[in-house]
Parts: sequence; structure tokens; C-alpha cells
Amino acid sequence: MENTGKNIITKETVEYVARLSRLSLDESETDRFRGQLEGILDYIEQLKEVDTEGTLPTTHVLPSMKNVFREDKLTPSLSNDDALANAPSKKDGFFKVPRVIKD
Amino acid sequence: MSSKYETVIGLEVHVQLDTETKVFCGCRNAFGAEPNTQVCPVCLGQPGVLPVLNKKAFEFAIKVAFALNCQVQKIIKFDRKNYYYPDLPKNYQISQYDMPIAYNGKLNVSDEAGKVREIGVTRAHLEEDAGKLIHDLSAPFSYVDLNRTGTPLLEIVSEPEIQSPEEAYHYLVTLKQIVKYLGVSDCNMEEGSLRCDANISLREEGAKELGVKVEIKNLNSFKAVRDSLLHEEERQEDLLDEGGTIKQETRLWNDSKNVTVSMRTKEGAQDYRYFPDPDLVPFEVEQETIREMKADIPELPEAKRKRFTKEYALDESDIEVLIAEKDTADFYEQVAAKAGDAKAACNWIKGEVMMHMNDRGTDIKGLGLDPENLARIIKMAVKGTISGLSAKEVLKANLETGEDPVKIVKEKSLEQVSDEGTLDEAVTKVIEGNERSVNDFKSGKENALSFLVGQVMKETRGKANPKLAGEMLRKKIAETR
Repeated sequence: MENTGKNIITKETVEYVARLSRLSLDESETDRFRGQLEGILDYIEQLKEVDTEGTLPTTHVLPSMKNVFREDKLTPSLSNDDALANAPSKKDGFFKVPRVIKD
Repeated sequence: MSSKYETVIGLEVHVQLDTETKVFCGCRNAFGAEPNTQVCPVCLGQPGVLPVLNKKAFEFAIKVAFALNCQVQKIIKFDRKNYYYPDLPKNYQISQYDMPIAYNGKLNVSDEAGKVREIGVTRAHLEEDAGKLIHDLSAPFSYVDLNRTGTPLLEIVSEPEIQSPEEAYHYLVTLKQIVKYLGVSDCNMEEGSLRCDANISLREEGAKELGVKVEIKNLNSFKAVRDSLLHEEERQEDLLDEGGTIKQETRLWNDSKNVTVSMRTKEGAQDYRYFPDPDLVPFEVEQETIREMKADIPELPEAKRKRFTKEYALDESDIEVLIAEKDTADFYEQVAAKAGDAKAACNWIKGEVMMHMNDRGTDIKGLGLDPENLARIIKMAVKGTISGLSAKEVLKANLETGEDPVKIVKEKSLEQVSDEGTLDEAVTKVIEGNERSVNDFKSGKENALSFLVGQVMKETRGKANPKLAGEMLRKKIAETR
């Protein structure tokens, strides 16, 4: 799709992305983010002008670094108390959340 | 199925890899611990942590790749799959999008009649498992246990080439057998270490285009996979016959009602917004790793089946029983070699030994039977040192005490009596005490003799040589004529 960088991000796009991220935005926020996202696309447009002929796609910012492994060795886990320390709601060692399935 | 449609099935199988620790952190990878006790900042998705790939999980995945005749990707990267659900603390799953570890494989699947068909394996990729949710049915809450989060998971995707629910079943049996042979997963469906989703569509016989597919979830056994596909095949066929159209959707299998039910579609389409995970650098599979992993693959079921057929004169069905589990097959080969009798070793293992395994709810390893000891018992039974009945008793005693079978025979004085003088008393007593059977035998009823032999066995507490007892009975009865 040819991107002119102008008016690609509509109000609906912002609302869609916000919904995917479970964010609720008010009218002014939606408008502000629409402008910011549009700005990002403008910047990408600028980057497109760089000649990348013969350059491999970069999947990582440290291209020379590879094969970083850990051995399959146990390290201590957190205690249940520590694991749940910051949880806003908990019960019997579990994190407690609003029910996510309907009956 | 009527001949009007053909069925197209694809399977997605998730296998939990049996590493000591999780895929990106050092927490224990084990089922059944108290909730949220095998967690750390990495698998809890705390900010600022760095996941590092478990070498063992990577190697296990490569082993499976080779066993499934896959190509292994030269450069492997991990991607973030973004979605929001409480079982996923980071709000993304580390998975692999466009460069899976393995691709383009195949699996030879044979049906009950032994007919083999090749099913393509599209890809296999490594990812992390999510946590577990328990839903409160009396209150509007769900409870989250993140012990499972970060368990190494290998997703194996088949080509849509499976032609029937029955074949789907056999694909799973074959796949599970291979993965278990490799020793990379216990494939225990009850504990969720093997999970399966199925895709099914119908198309007019001979059509090129695939029909609209339905995904089935909540499949807790291979039987459920087959049954749900049979149900869905029929449902789609009826719908198409009535001129209806199939809706692309996810349906849940209800095991107790034997139906699939439409899962209420989530708001909006799935949009995972994959992108490369900057926390993980790319991986290049080194030649040495490839050599090591290939060398580490044991003889797989298909090759074993062929070799067993050639080396041991056994029935096909016996071979299937013996090679179903690698440990059983290995055990069999040791016993057969030590006992020097392949057929007897097979009969003992699929009979008595498996009976004891079932009784104790364990496998061959758990039974703790020394192949050397079983071989000794078999040799004594084949030679006639002990009767078949006594041999069973010796096995039972050996399983309880671990004592040398030869010693057990001595201690319980189970040696078979093959001496006429010693048996004479028992034979005479049986003839005197069973006049009716003796007369039956005299009047030509051959099977009356088996009864009398049985009585001699009883009289001698199973120690008599039944063949000799039979001969002596014949002789003595003839003399009294």
C-alpha cells in the first residue's frame, strides 16, 4: 500500500489499536494520539528514502550477537508471598482477576 | 461420509518439552506444584527482565525437527505475539512467526490395516506456554496460576492433508510415539503436556479450492479428536446438503454431550501484531549441534518395526505391542537375547509382565523388573525345570522381593517333578479319587485327561511336569482296563 503519510491514521484506527491494548481513551486523547501516530508514519516515510539495496533486513539491533543460551539449570524461584506481593487482588496463592469466561 | 464431499483436516499439536527448567528462565518446569511457587520476575513478566533461551529446549526442538524429516531453519528468531488475557502476564507470548525452527517435514502414518500415507508437516516452532486459569463458578472471578507460564512448548502444524477423522487419530498416535521415543516429552494429555486443536473443512469431490474451515478446541484425548471430527464432518455435510454455508469459526468440543458448540466470537478480529522480540538475539544452528542432535535420535518406531519383523519371527500385532513404548521394546530385546527365545520373551512380556504393569499402574521402568531375571525365569520354564504355573509364581515373588529367580525356585522347592517314582503316588491318588473322569476318558473323551492332569498339578502344588503326568495317567488307566 502506498503511504503518503497524511491522514492514514483515522480516529477509527486509534480506537481499534486502543481496543487491542485494552485502553479506553477520551476524545482529546484519541485526537492527540492520532496526530502522534501520524507523525511516526511521516518519519517512516522519510526512512524509506534511504537506499537499502543490498542490505539484509535487520531483525535485531545487535547483528553480530547470536546464540545466547542458558544451560538447563535451576535457579531459585520467588516465594508465593513475593510473587503475589504487588497483586491488587489475590486468594489462596492465586492472582484474582475478574472472570474471563461466561457460563 | 457420502462420496459427494471430501474431508480436509489439519492438526495443530502443542507438545510441552520435558526440560528441567522453563524456556526463558531458571524456574522449575514441572506439573502439579502449589500455585505461583515456580515463578520468577522473568516468567511473571516484570519490567526490565531479560529472557534467555534454554539450550536444552532448543536442542529438543531440533531433535523433533529431524525426527519429523523437517528442514531446520539456518537463522532462527523469536517474535512477540501480542494479545491480552490474564494467563499471559507480559501481554505477549514469545513465539516464532515467520522463521520457525523447522519446516517442510513429513510423517508416515499407517492405519489399522497397515496402509501407510505420508502427511506433510508444515512447520514446528518453539514458544512459551501461558499460565492456567481456574474459573470461579459461584462468583465473578477467575484465579491465575502462573507456574505453567514459560514452559517450553513446541507447536507442530500439519499440512491440511489428513483425509478422515480416523487418519487424524493415527497421525496423533504416530506423532506421540515419535516424540516419546525421542524422550523430549512425556506427552501426557491429562496433564496437558500434549494438546491438540483440529481444523476441518469439506469440499466437493475433486475440487481444487479448500472449503471454509472450522477450528475445534477443547480436545482432551485422541478419542475426543476423532469423535469431534466425526461429528463436525457430519454437521458440515448436513449443512451443505441443505444448501447452507459453513461459517469460519472456532467451536468447542463438549465431551459429555458429544457435540461441538460455537464459541462466541471475540470482539474484533484476532490481530496479534507480531514483531521480532528485541530481548532475544537471533540463533544460528551450528553444524556441530546438527551432528550431535542427529546422532542422539534413537531408532524410531518405523525403523524398529521393520527390524523387529526381520529379526524376530513375531506376529505384526505382537510387534506393535512391543514397540508402542521405546522402553518396552528395549526391555524385550534384552530379554529375548538373554533368554535365547524371541517368541517366549514376547509372550511373557505381553502377558504376565504387562498384567503386573497394569495392576500396579506403571510402565516397564516403574515395574523395576531386571531383564536378566525375567530371562532366567523364561529359560527355566522353557527347559521344563519349572512348570508354567510355577514360573508365574516365581515372577511374582521376584517382583516383590527382587530375589534371584533360581534361588526362589530352590527356596519354594518349585522344581518341576519329572521323576516317575515321585509322581506315581499323586497319579495313583488322582485315578482313585476321580472315577467318573477316568471312565469318561476310557469311553473316548480326550479332554477328560486334561482335567485329570490338572488334578495331578493340584496334588503336587503345580510342580508336576504336565506332559509326564499325562503320559503316566494314560499308561496307568490303560493298565486298569
